[in-house]
Amino acid sequence: MMIATLAARELRSLFLSPLAWSILAVVQFILAWLFLGQLDVYIAFQSRIAMMENPPGATEVIVAPLFSSATIILLLVIPLLTMRLVSEERRSRTLPLLFSAPVSMSEIVLGKYLGLLGFLAIMLGLITLMPLSLLSIGTLDFGLLASNLLGLMLMLGAFAAAGLFMSTLTAQPTVAAISTFGLLLLLWIIELTGKNGAEAGNVLAYLSLQRHYEALLRGLFNSSDILYYLLFIAAFLVLGIRRLDADRLQH
Amino acid sequence: MEHDSLIRVEHLSRRYGDNLAVNDVSFEVQRGEVLGFLGPNGAGKSTTMQMLTGNLAPSAGRITINGIDMLERPKEAKLALGFLPEQPPLYRELSVDEYLTFCARLNRIAKGQVARAVAQAKERCGLTEVGRRLINNLSKGYQQRVGIAQAIIHSPDVVILDEPTVGLDPIQIREIRKLIRELGGEHSVILSTHILPEVQATCDRVQIINKGQLVLSDTIEGLTRRMQTSSLVVALRRPPAPEQLQAIPGVQAVERLEEGRLRLSHEPEQSPAEALVEQAVAQDWGLYELVPERLSLEDVFVNITTTEHKEEAA
Repeated sequence: MMIATLAARELRSLFLSPLAWSILAVVQFILAWLFLGQLDVYIAFQSRIAMMENPPGATEVIVAPLFSSATIILLLVIPLLTMRLVSEERRSRTLPLLFSAPVSMSEIVLGKYLGLLGFLAIMLGLITLMPLSLLSIGTLDFGLLASNLLGLMLMLGAFAAAGLFMSTLTAQPTVAAISTFGLLLLLWIIELTGKNGAEAGNVLAYLSLQRHYEALLRGLFNSSDILYYLLFIAAFLVLGIRRLDADRLQH
Repeated sequence: MEHDSLIRVEHLSRRYGDNLAVNDVSFEVQRGEVLGFLGPNGAGKSTTMQMLTGNLAPSAGRITINGIDMLERPKEAKLALGFLPEQPPLYRELSVDEYLTFCARLNRIAKGQVARAVAQAKERCGLTEVGRRLINNLSKGYQQRVGIAQAIIHSPDVVILDEPTVGLDPIQIREIRKLIRELGGEHSVILSTHILPEVQATCDRVQIINKGQLVLSDTIEGLTRRMQTSSLVVALRRPPAPEQLQAIPGVQAVERLEEGRLRLSHEPEQSPAEALVEQAVAQDWGLYELVPERLSLEDVFVNITTTEHKEEAA
């Protein structure tokens, strides 16, 4: 219940700043551009696709690339949303309000996380409206769409958890944003080093955020991929809770 | 009376690295008592308050709020606690109503009673007219009041205010002092300040902390007594020779000050004021000013800390 109160406050404050609105608008605009481009490709090659033996559906040609680009754009955007979660409160000295209220550190962190997740769900809803608009002229592969959505949601959840942790480390929102961006990008490209085939490379490749997403984009639902994201999120949330708790212990 | 001590602090210490910010501090505050916490900058006032409110973990010692241990059951202890830090913790993008509603929910006030609690807190702090305004657009004084409203919204047993009247105008200061006195009726209040009249107007008891140690714990009367010194400043239109003043029973020394004023030193609690006035009238000295000298709070600090040093040296 406390978590819900904290999450509601977080979401409300987000929408009271122009940042959230402009991010929603920019993301929607760029993705709409990509979506229309993909739609053009599909229409141009429609006749040739129809002649193929095992033709890919509209969902495969349009939606999967859209969601794939969405992650890259959101990788750039999410640090801007997570940066202020804790560091802003630290800078404007509002943390004592939460620390002297009857709530635990875990409730504070989870509340903030869920508040942000609420925002991301709204953004995801807006993005999904674009593929859904295709329903007016045809049908969609709902299984594939659901697996794409799940993948994107998990990916955003992972981004947000990492960003929240980075935000607990500093009192400077910009520092939090840059370090979150660095961390996410590193976890994204860590796969490249793994392509050499070396043993250590494989482990690194397994840690990559992208690798587990690709399967879901193809519609492969593998529980180990899901587990990877859940573990990733849990690990960063626990780190965030520990870091906030350390505020009380030492300065 | 043990059950009525709402705050109990035992052997509290806090280290920052090698620096001992608070050193073995123990005290109690009873229900209905307002405790003034005084001390120079960096003495450990804020650190102690942060530990009392669970914002900082002590290096050693115990804190119980209303019989509940702050370290073992922090959530329950914090429920009985309202805190205004040095800088009021305000979400500036919210309106006063929104902010106070959030604070009420945060302090576990049942949904049905939130509106009443908010209205009551606003009324007590004189915020009724600014409820719909954004906190960011309020003046410093109003922001301070919102901070106090936040601390008392759940009528906690213990209210802790870190320099509550900083940045307020004189009328607001008087209102806030009245509010603090009211709170002292049923709650315990600790407030830190370095303004002496504030302590005299609001507190029942005073504690002075210096370099992390409690150097004085006394009632207001006791503090006032300490501030009296053993000298009078007099101004005479037609001053006599110093020897004549020296001859007045009780006067130990006479010292000439600026603008024709004289300082007469005497034994503590044996003021020669009466005798002086009689003589002045009888011999037509033209007495127009007679002021018993008082120490300022700073002087009391200095006195207490220096006597401590002397004792240590002895």
